[in-house]
Amino acid sequence: MLSLETNKVLESIAKMDVSAHFMEVCGTHTVSIARSGLKKLLPESIKLISGPGCPVCVTSQSDIDYAIALARQPGVIVATFGDMVRVPGTETSLLETKASGGKVEVVYSPLDSLNLAEAHPREQVVFLAVGFETTAPLIARTVQLAKAKGISNLSFLIMHKLIPPAMRQLLQMKEVKLDGFLLPGHVCAVIGSRPFLFLKEEFGLPGVVAGFEAEDILLALFMLAQQKKEGRAEIEIQYRRVVRQEGNPNALKAMEEVFEVGEAEWRGLGIIPHSGLVLRQSFSDFDARNRFSLEIKDSREYPLCGCGEVLRGVLAPQECPLFGTVCTPDSPVGPCMVSSEGSCAAAFHYERET
Amino acid sequence: MCLGVPVKIVEIEGQDALVESGGLRQKIRLDFVPEAQIGDYVIVHAGFAIALLEKEEALETLELLKDADVIP
Amino acid sequence: MKKEIITLAHGSGGKPTQDLIENHILPRFGNPALKQLLDSALLECPGRIAFTSDAFTVRPIFFPGGDIGKLAVSGSVNDLAALAAEPLFLSASFILEEGLEIGELDEVLESMSKTCAETGIALVTGDTKVVEKGAGDKLYIASSAIGIRRQNPDPHPSLISPGDAILITGPVGDHEIAVLQAREHFFRELELESDCAPLWPLIKSLLAAGLKVKAMRDPTRGGLATVLAELARASRLCLQIEESRVPVKSSVLAACEMLGLDPLYLACEGRMVIIVSEESAQEALTILRAHPLGAQAAIIGEVLEKPEGRALLSTRIGGRRILAPLSGEQLPRIC
Repeated sequence: MLSLETNKVLESIAKMDVSAHFMEVCGTHTVSIARSGLKKLLPESIKLISGPGCPVCVTSQSDIDYAIALARQPGVIVATFGDMVRVPGTETSLLETKASGGKVEVVYSPLDSLNLAEAHPREQVVFLAVGFETTAPLIARTVQLAKAKGISNLSFLIMHKLIPPAMRQLLQMKEVKLDGFLLPGHVCAVIGSRPFLFLKEEFGLPGVVAGFEAEDILLALFMLAQQKKEGRAEIEIQYRRVVRQEGNPNALKAMEEVFEVGEAEWRGLGIIPHSGLVLRQSFSDFDARNRFSLEIKDSREYPLCGCGEVLRGVLAPQECPLFGTVCTPDSPVGPCMVSSEGSCAAAFHYERET
Repeated sequence: MCLGVPVKIVEIEGQDALVESGGLRQKIRLDFVPEAQIGDYVIVHAGFAIALLEKEEALETLELLKDADVIP
Repeated sequence: MKKEIITLAHGSGGKPTQDLIENHILPRFGNPALKQLLDSALLECPGRIAFTSDAFTVRPIFFPGGDIGKLAVSGSVNDLAALAAEPLFLSASFILEEGLEIGELDEVLESMSKTCAETGIALVTGDTKVVEKGAGDKLYIASSAIGIRRQNPDPHPSLISPGDAILITGPVGDHEIAVLQAREHFFRELELESDCAPLWPLIKSLLAAGLKVKAMRDPTRGGLATVLAELARASRLCLQIEESRVPVKSSVLAACEMLGLDPLYLACEGRMVIIVSEESAQEALTILRAHPLGAQAAIIGEVLEKPEGRALLSTRIGGRRILAPLSGEQLPRIC
């Protein structure tokens, strides 16, 4: 934790007299910003906008429905990170499926699914692999271990997505005027800062890799504001104690060995080429989509759900007509209100009128 | 959820390590930081260490703060 | 040696039931009312009374720092203490699962007996029922308690006024994390005990010093934040606390980091939120800290006039945000 005179940093930012819209693309940043009350401490001229940073939130409705359909299969145990459990699919959720007899196990690490498979040899365990580049290497390693151990009753529903292509898509849509990005600290710990050079090269925008303490984010904003003031567009690293330009070669290697890049469907952004991960041929046995050929018909989002626009930064959560009335954490309409990293959940829990 | 607090490695056994934070100990894997030693600090995500903390970079952050006139 | 277990016969009302009561329950709770074993306990109640009711379904039934029995007594005592009521009488109904080891039941009863003795509350009546294996998880306890109201006017949110101080009697979240660890064994090692404890002796010391308590609540399910949100709504004032002043053990903080939990929403079973006037705050703190149950008490915030009905948190970097009551997911079977 940094010990920092936050007042002085805030003063320095204010003195710059900069007008800017910065976007964060990491759910943990969204939550940290909301929990610290940072937005109201910044000068009025600096606005923070939440982007598609929550991996559960950007999962397509048909993938959610597929996961729920798996949990309804007899003899199947779905292993998942806690976040997915309450997301409303077209008809129901994993939580409701569990309440009506489906087997859903919340796990803390993908490695737990190995133990689960070994403990239930007569059942099929399916791990819901959601997450960006921070989580993908972990699943890659788990798949390798499953193969090495010859575990035949475990498969993976791969829903991993890559952040840089989504950012490019969002910028190409030109819906929101942006002056720079807070870049995701742990995604960058894995892939480094280099994959974000396109921001500078194709769009002339600065990006700063930020840590997760409020002080880290504040410093990163200072660096972004300074770049804007000086008319620079560089990719800088605030989170130096953890992030290197080249990332983590061991994690990248694991990803490379197990996954290849393909297209993916993003809630709010549509189908984006080269933005998702797929298991390589040598690991295709572990692909749940091969092991279970389930057909998902009529997958649809709730008609008035604003998640898509919230994820693109077009709507702030509070601007969604359903926010806090029809849509609440106890009765969510879409994933943004129920995921622990969702923009709407963060706004509901921490940013309603003070 | 990205966890920001670095944890300290107190035991290593092959790919497994025991890390400590605030009196709590957790078993994690070191597949992605094979160079980590006992006494190092790592960032952990869902049971795996994903980064090793570098002392030099921590110092660079302090340099930045000096530039910003935040610390003398 | 084969372990003695609870069978359906123990719930039939016949000899095995009598045996359970006379050889396991009675010897541990020696008071005249209970010993009479009437359908109702005949009691004298000298004064205005407070009456509370609770049910305990914690899993597992034994955890570091306590067990379901200690919890049942503490929980009931604390509900009375929150109204400045001196605990007098306790009732306990046990729902036993067929197959429960009698040795485990004895341990729970022993723990209840000890906690009652520490507090001065008497177990005067109760019931035992047995359900078939699978229909109940080892042991559930339903308890009720009667206490004598010792402060006039009784503590109540309507007494709270702007300028009042908000205190907590100790670090938050120990209970929930200790139980979670006992249940799921997430961590290799965690030196943490539940804070489960009967708080009447602590509250009594405040009242004995002549201090007037404005309002109190014990932060069980939903934790500190939920209690503050409730008090703010009930009093129609603003309760504002400072993040850096809330005591949290480093192991609880570390566990929260790892599990993605917020310490402000974790259940405690041996802590009290206490609101007193600004003038009495320091004295209250001194009295609390002088008692082992309040050794780490702290003043964590103050009451403001506005915004009406809101609980707020002043954050480490100087920001301000609401403390909403807990919504969404809650860890089941915590108390």
